[in-house]
Amino acid sequence: MDKIRRKILETGGAGLLAATVPTSMAFAQSAPVKIGMSMPQTGGLGAGGQAALIGLRMWVDDVNAKGGLLGRKVEFIVYDDQSNGANTPGIYTKLLDVDKVDILIAPYATNPTAPIMPLVKERGKLLMGNFSFQVNAKVQHDMWFNNAPWNDAKGWSEGFLEAGKNAGAKSIAIFAADAEFQQNLANGCREIVKNTDWNLVYDQNYPGNNTDFSSIIRSVRAARPEVVFVACYPNEAVAIMRSVNEIGLGSQVQIFGGGMVGLQFTPVMQSLGSLLNGVVNYNSYVPGMKFPGIEDFFKRYTERAIAAKVDPLGFYLPPFNYATGQMIEQAVNATKTFDNKRLADYLRRNEINTIVGPISFDKNGERSKPRMVQAQFRNIKDNDWEQFKNPGKQVVIWPAADKQGDVITPFDRARKAT
Amino acid sequence: MISLDLLFEAVLFGILLGCFYAAVSLGLSVAFGLLDVPYVAHPALLILGSYFTFLLSKTGIDPIICGLLLMPVFYVIGIALYRFYYETFERRSSDTGVRGLAFFFGIAFIIEVCLILVFGVDQRTVSATYIGSSLEIGEYRFPYRMLVAFGIAIFLTTLLTLYFSKTFNGRAIKAVGQDEGALRLMGANPVKIKQLAFGIATAVNALAGAMLIIVGPVEPAMDRIYIGRTFCVVVLAGLGSMSGTLVAGLILGIAESIVMMTLGASWAPAVSFGLLLLMLGIRPQGLFGR
Amino acid sequence: MKYSIYAFIALLGFLGLSLMNVNEYIFFAGFVILQFVVLATAWNILGGYAGYVNFGVPAFIAVGAYTAVVLFKSISAPLVVQIIGGGILAGLLGLTVGLLTLKLRGIFFSIATVAVVFILETVVMNWRYVGGATGLQLTRPQDLWIFDTYTRMLFFVMAVLAIGSVSIARYIQDSFLGRGLRAVRDSEEAAECSGVPTLKIKLIACTISGALMGIAGAPMPMYLSYIEPTATFNLNYSISALGMPIIGGTSHWIGPVIGALLLATIQQVVTVTVSNELNVLVVGVLLVLFVVLAPDGILGLIKKWKQSSK
Repeated sequence: MDKIRRKILETGGAGLLAATVPTSMAFAQSAPVKIGMSMPQTGGLGAGGQAALIGLRMWVDDVNAKGGLLGRKVEFIVYDDQSNGANTPGIYTKLLDVDKVDILIAPYATNPTAPIMPLVKERGKLLMGNFSFQVNAKVQHDMWFNNAPWNDAKGWSEGFLEAGKNAGAKSIAIFAADAEFQQNLANGCREIVKNTDWNLVYDQNYPGNNTDFSSIIRSVRAARPEVVFVACYPNEAVAIMRSVNEIGLGSQVQIFGGGMVGLQFTPVMQSLGSLLNGVVNYNSYVPGMKFPGIEDFFKRYTERAIAAKVDPLGFYLPPFNYATGQMIEQAVNATKTFDNKRLADYLRRNEINTIVGPISFDKNGERSKPRMVQAQFRNIKDNDWEQFKNPGKQVVIWPAADKQGDVITPFDRARKAT
Repeated sequence: MISLDLLFEAVLFGILLGCFYAAVSLGLSVAFGLLDVPYVAHPALLILGSYFTFLLSKTGIDPIICGLLLMPVFYVIGIALYRFYYETFERRSSDTGVRGLAFFFGIAFIIEVCLILVFGVDQRTVSATYIGSSLEIGEYRFPYRMLVAFGIAIFLTTLLTLYFSKTFNGRAIKAVGQDEGALRLMGANPVKIKQLAFGIATAVNALAGAMLIIVGPVEPAMDRIYIGRTFCVVVLAGLGSMSGTLVAGLILGIAESIVMMTLGASWAPAVSFGLLLLMLGIRPQGLFGR
Repeated sequence: MKYSIYAFIALLGFLGLSLMNVNEYIFFAGFVILQFVVLATAWNILGGYAGYVNFGVPAFIAVGAYTAVVLFKSISAPLVVQIIGGGILAGLLGLTVGLLTLKLRGIFFSIATVAVVFILETVVMNWRYVGGATGLQLTRPQDLWIFDTYTRMLFFVMAVLAIGSVSIARYIQDSFLGRGLRAVRDSEEAAECSGVPTLKIKLIACTISGALMGIAGAPMPMYLSYIEPTATFNLNYSISALGMPIIGGTSHWIGPVIGALLLATIQQVVTVTVSNELNVLVVGVLLVLFVVLAPDGILGLIKKWKQSSK
């Protein structure tokens, strides 16, 4: 039986190869279509950016294997912005005027993306957003589509604050970096806190490049909050967790975390190890959540990632970056054009099926049906990335549709729980 | 307002921080304070020391030992740098001010960019048993990494102060800043003495660099904020005063710690530069300077 | 006068270029190159003529840029007003810094200028109105005058500013002010003794230098449609602004122009083809080489070559 199966696969494979040969000859006839972006491959966001890039390259290879877009090979142009928003305007001007790309994808994350929004709007270009948060709120560009599974701050903090309320908490401390993403998120949380009966006992902003959090953690501890909401980027997340471990927050803290970027990257999770236990934080995907076709994606991704010495699990960004590619592909195939306006129109009106489920957008270019979760880290051991493959290490506590378990409080108990 | 308790803890942390700042400024105190070399590349060499420590510690050696092992290497670098500076600028003594400054500024940038090209802009850290945990005394927690830095700082300052007051070479170094001619009459070669001093200053930088990466993560662009901290300490102390460096460091450390506690961390960078400007405006010779 | 004819021809040349149908990127990169001509010329007025090394170039640029932002955000001021406002405030900063520190020795002045950068940066980072540390997105008004795009217009504006600054530097060089500054550079004590009002002329030079740097910085928010403190206060401006005159030659007004055109063009080519860091490395290495081997810059080398070929 197996021999026959193998024979069929072999001939099938040969047939596929034969089928691709004429297509690659077809490439030579027309100019490639250029898709361009800058991706933070070094700097604070580098760990996430490199993983995301693999997701995108997988899509480029897949679509070229199928014959490209409208018969033209996709040429993917990427630069490194070093997680620095100061570099992106120059890079995107270069992409438009020197490389002459046809379709733009935004850099991963809010802070490198914010500076290019006015530029892209002025030039009337489509921009495929990449896991940024509320970056289009002020500029209101009508050709912006964000692949991240969230919409506004309300959705984000709601679940987190709800868990705190259920544990009987009344007081909250907030601290966030003074940068676009962290402030957008923290302001959203502050908004909710103001309009409900939470008692805000501590609220501080710190400079984005701050490396020593001892004085902040000490001040938070002295304010005796029951919930601590943090909005930070990867480097800060690591320093904060180390500081919390060094100095402690006090036994009254029920829930800690919320908006910490970086705790989703496997290298960071691995280096922090048991320091993560008890933290309740957001995520876009954890094992146990059901998405069609995602298991297959992870298998292929892990192979490439291990070879490239990048985040081997790729839970957080890669599937959604692959989905961005799929959105471009479907829009182009449906409208039969690369005209940015027509593509934007299509994306606005239609729901696209991707490996992270169906995606549709509201009038601001954000997801009309958010699907992010708050999950609690449990039973994490040091120096082991494989442990994260299985469910149970990041237990989803919100929303109800994806819930995997109840949150363990207080924070100190959750840190030691097994 | 903040409680007295919190203020006290801030002061204690400030003392630890301050000694650390004093230690990283010792090299500059010698090179600029005693020898009058416009050594703006000092913080860049500090960061270089941190990165070398990072590399060496990958072999498993404790970071402090790495720093000690690097000291002879940096000593040689220091001698070479001074020799070059002397031959090119001080000897010919035409327009030394601008050119010397521009030279060291250029060196600082070259070091920073080379670090970025080799290591990237990512933050680097080292690990050791004492990094990550703290000493608990009652309600207060003192991170061990700060205590280690504090210990090394005290050690270095004492060592250097003794060296400069007890040994012949040390006293000669102090003298060369004040009166070269007299020193020559005493039989010492001023150029060799200055070379020695510069070598010591750079060697100290190696250990200080190790301390820097123990205390927190390091990235190539950090040399810029440390220009403020080191020059603030040296100017505050007054040129030529070793023990003054420790006091000045303490003042800076406590000031920064209190500002971080009260106004917030976003105002911390301005503390060192603000103190520096203030000192230059009211009393340029520093607290203990001649 | 020969110079004014050359200046006029240059002006017409830039105008013509901005109206030609060439790749947009030329204007994007050209703006930066011309900006460095202004910065190098401005730096040289204090650094080259008088010998006081200003490391705090970004502080003046930022004052110009943020003044422009405030004027734009509050009263929708047109570009000309933004530039003038930026220049005035930066000039005032120059005057203040001068008053505080020009009595001190060379290196203390230089360190003080670095201090000004970080202090102002911290202030701006805590100032929500201009975006704080997060930064501010700006929408450019679409008054393009006779040009096709806003970038072309900014390019021409910067060309005008460049020619203007160079003219000012040339005027200073040949005037009483220039002679006084040279006397200060050669020997401040001797100048004092011969009755030169050294403090006064140093203050004037510092003010003019600062004002010109502010003028160079004022169009930047419009150029990027975005402003944030870390990039605006970046010390990389210092090494370029002092490297270019030293490489070009500090004794004559044409030195900074040569240095800026040469170096900034190399930087732009490197940025487009290789990477951003290499930029700074190029300036750093060339600076050290010239300071050690050819202290009089390219001008000095040309002079030597002319003499040896006689």
